[in-house]
Amino acid sequence: MQKTDHKSIHGSGKRQRVRTNMVNVFIMGKRHVVPEHATIMRAIEHAGHQIIRGAGCREGFCGACGTLYRLPGDYKLHTGLACTTLVQEGMVLAQIPYVPMQKAVYDLEKLTPDAGTIEKVYPVTFRCVACGTCSKACPQGLPVMDYIQAAMRGDIATVADIAFDCVACGLCALRCPAEIIQHEVGILCKRLTGRYLRKESRELDERLGEIRSRKFDAEYDELMAMDKKVLTKLYYDRDIEP
Amino acid sequence: MYPEYLTESLNAVERTRPARLEKALSGQPVFPPMNEKERRDVLTKYHPDFAAGSKRPIRIGPNRGEELTTEVAEMLEAHSMIEPKLMDIHLREPDYETDLLIIGGGGAGCWAAIQAARNGVKSMVATKLRMGDANTMMSEGGMQAAVSRSDSPTRHYLDAMGGGHFENVPELVRVLTEDGPDVVRDLENLGVVWDKMDNGDMQVLHGGGTSRKRMVSCRDLIGATIMRTLMDEVKNHPDMINTREFEPAVELILDDKGQCAGAVLYSLDTEQFLTVKAKSVIITTGGYGRLHIRGFATTNHYGATGDGLVMAYRAGAKLAFMDSVQYHPTGAVFPEQIAGFLVTEKIRGAGGQPLNKDGELFVFPREPRDIESAAIIRECSPDRDMGIDTFAGRMGVWLDSPIIDLIHGAGYTRHQFPGICRQFDRFGIDIAKQPMLIYPSLHYQNGGIAINERCETSIPGLYVAGEASGGVHGRNRLMGNSVLDYNVFGRRAGQYASEYSKSVTLGKINVNHVTAHAEELVREGIDTDLVSPLILPSYTPEDVKIQQMARLGNIPARHSMLRSRFSPGERKTHL
Ligand SMILES: Cc1cc2nc3c(=O)[nH]c(=O)nc-3n(C[C@H](O)[C@H](O)[C@H](O)COP(=O)(O)OP(=O)(O)OC[C@H]3O[C@@H](n4cnc5c(N)ncnc54)[C@H](O)[C@@H]3O)c2cc1C
Ligand code: FES
Repeated sequence: MQKTDHKSIHGSGKRQRVRTNMVNVFIMGKRHVVPEHATIMRAIEHAGHQIIRGAGCREGFCGACGTLYRLPGDYKLHTGLACTTLVQEGMVLAQIPYVPMQKAVYDLEKLTPDAGTIEKVYPVTFRCVACGTCSKACPQGLPVMDYIQAAMRGDIATVADIAFDCVACGLCALRCPAEIIQHEVGILCKRLTGRYLRKESRELDERLGEIRSRKFDAEYDELMAMDKKVLTKLYYDRDIEP
Repeated sequence: MYPEYLTESLNAVERTRPARLEKALSGQPVFPPMNEKERRDVLTKYHPDFAAGSKRPIRIGPNRGEELTTEVAEMLEAHSMIEPKLMDIHLREPDYETDLLIIGGGGAGCWAAIQAARNGVKSMVATKLRMGDANTMMSEGGMQAAVSRSDSPTRHYLDAMGGGHFENVPELVRVLTEDGPDVVRDLENLGVVWDKMDNGDMQVLHGGGTSRKRMVSCRDLIGATIMRTLMDEVKNHPDMINTREFEPAVELILDDKGQCAGAVLYSLDTEQFLTVKAKSVIITTGGYGRLHIRGFATTNHYGATGDGLVMAYRAGAKLAFMDSVQYHPTGAVFPEQIAGFLVTEKIRGAGGQPLNKDGELFVFPREPRDIESAAIIRECSPDRDMGIDTFAGRMGVWLDSPIIDLIHGAGYTRHQFPGICRQFDRFGIDIAKQPMLIYPSLHYQNGGIAINERCETSIPGLYVAGEASGGVHGRNRLMGNSVLDYNVFGRRAGQYASEYSKSVTLGKINVNHVTAHAEELVREGIDTDLVSPLILPSYTPEDVKIQQMARLGNIPARHSMLRSRFSPGERKTHL
């Protein structure tokens, strides 16, 4: 390990100084020395790369930053999100710029929320051999295989529930020996759930009716024409629901 | 896990907790809220918007003479990426032609494309990174919409106007609030899984500044849920919507009648400039957090560099409210890897308390966003020096979250804040047991390109929607109103722009305004080495950057990597 001095910009809660421990990482096989507390993403940038493909939200929401890596003395190929995974001494890594997957094109209005739909839209789903590779690959720690099994049973709502936090990085699909596109099945099932498996709101129907019949026009006109002083008073006097 | 040197301060937090809890349970304010004078004082002394040098007059363009946020003014007074003379052939023979060009594939952009398709108009969405790599993907808390019986759209109107200090454009706030309920239904029909009650009615909660519960949600992932639904729908219409990823726009194209007629795109993969001729254009490029105004960390996505402002301004569109910046009081500062990560306001709503290094409260936890931020900055400033040093080059204060379970019962935090728990769990911090370290984070672009309720700008054929636009929120946006904003105005922009496309006829297209901009820079004696739009921020260490900029003949720019690979000798150009 080496030590180095860091200077950061002043102001905004940032201070100068600070000694950081450094570690060796191998970005696409080439050695770089980076701060030990860096995420994979920051390490790549520290090395001088401008990331183009491989960063989106930078905070674990979007799935743009899927990464493969190996660690010294470990035979396994690991998967992770570059923006939330820390580097380790000796890590060998590469980002996945793009995962070629076919999203099916469909008309949600013509589908029904059942196994038949999964069979029609993503038939490959039924090749699942329940090996669990997808669950192991998931950087969110989701039990991906469980939702694929639920999809095969036609339990659409359960798929939506388990896949709720999926970031669609595609690492599961990339590792799946049966070539299933797990994250797309998840998105399809979420949409089917939202569209078909929930009770509609009567309250919302009423509100939409009121708006259509222009019930609020007069009130809007009055508020919009109101003197700022009067409006201010109205605002500070309004009652607040507990 | 927190490093050892913080143990003493962490112990202080534990030590003061029983007394603070007692006070919290007593129903009394845990700390005296500020009066008007104290508020004014802390704001003017410590809020970044009031700091010396935070604003300056812009010397060129439609807002000339007006005070703007300094970083914004700098970016507007920068050079274009293109040499207009070299664009001639590509203007004569455009690379693409489309009825409607949508710049930016976030929430507003996807809505615009979907709505245009419903209206029978084909469109092209050009976006910087992948579709959905956008601020829209990241929102956690929720969206305001007046859906319940005890609420009404006009009440929502009053709340929004008050939040914006009555400076918002009334016509915009009206459509924002009146379209809200329909947006909820439209999204549900597209398959968004809303949080609902057993009877099917929407679950609603309070947000900062709401007088009725009207925050609708999708657990703590409303952004990802809506974004993925909209993207999926866009991709279900390949015949109507053509998407181009990694091809950000860098300049608009006008015609000889002064109508907006397309844009110049810059392929990040091949570094080509491509021309798009379009009957109308919608800018949905989102916000500017990645400008790191005043050096602040940000909650925003990688591509949030305010490009739309630059393009529209050069083409002659007017900006509104570009002198105010929203800082979220509670951005994470530790661990360093998630610096800037948003810790939702709901934490303080549930009883979380900001504390200094001695574990003492120094501000009422639920002051308005700007006041709360200023008070935290004051605590960390040399004037008080009561902040906590992260030794990764940042300062912060504690946000005591363990007190939440003590107030509401064990398990409450994990149940209500799964997203935030997961984020901190990754680093061995259980926020139900240990506090978080926070500092204000650059969050939202309050102003933007001025629009009317049809999303029209001062340039015919140019429409704007979402965070890139200005007027809806005045100088202060309330929580939940920006998710509503991109849904309402994205949909409207798609409708009105596609209608316009059906009847407009274009003249000869050009980028003369870019030439005029260059001339204006010279005329005003502006000497700058900045090139804008910025496209992506550079996080390359300075020493590496200097080596990258050693290339002969390169214009040194902030986004050096993007420009430094051009070598005039190898390519045939007119240079
Ligand atoms: C962490 C976080 C949490 C939030 N939470 C909430 C919340 O709870 N409630 C709420 O109401 N609001 C919230 N907001 C704010 C809200 O999410 C955003 O204001 C809103 O999503 C903006 O939508 P948009 O479509 O205008 O922009 P974006 O969603 O940011 O989309 C802009 C798109 O344009 C692309 N783009 C940029 N420049 C170019 C270019 N030159 N050419 C082509 N494409 C370009 C970008 O890459 C991006 O895809 C939050 C924001 C953040 C960052
Ligand atoms: S960059 Fe979005 S998940 Fe990593």
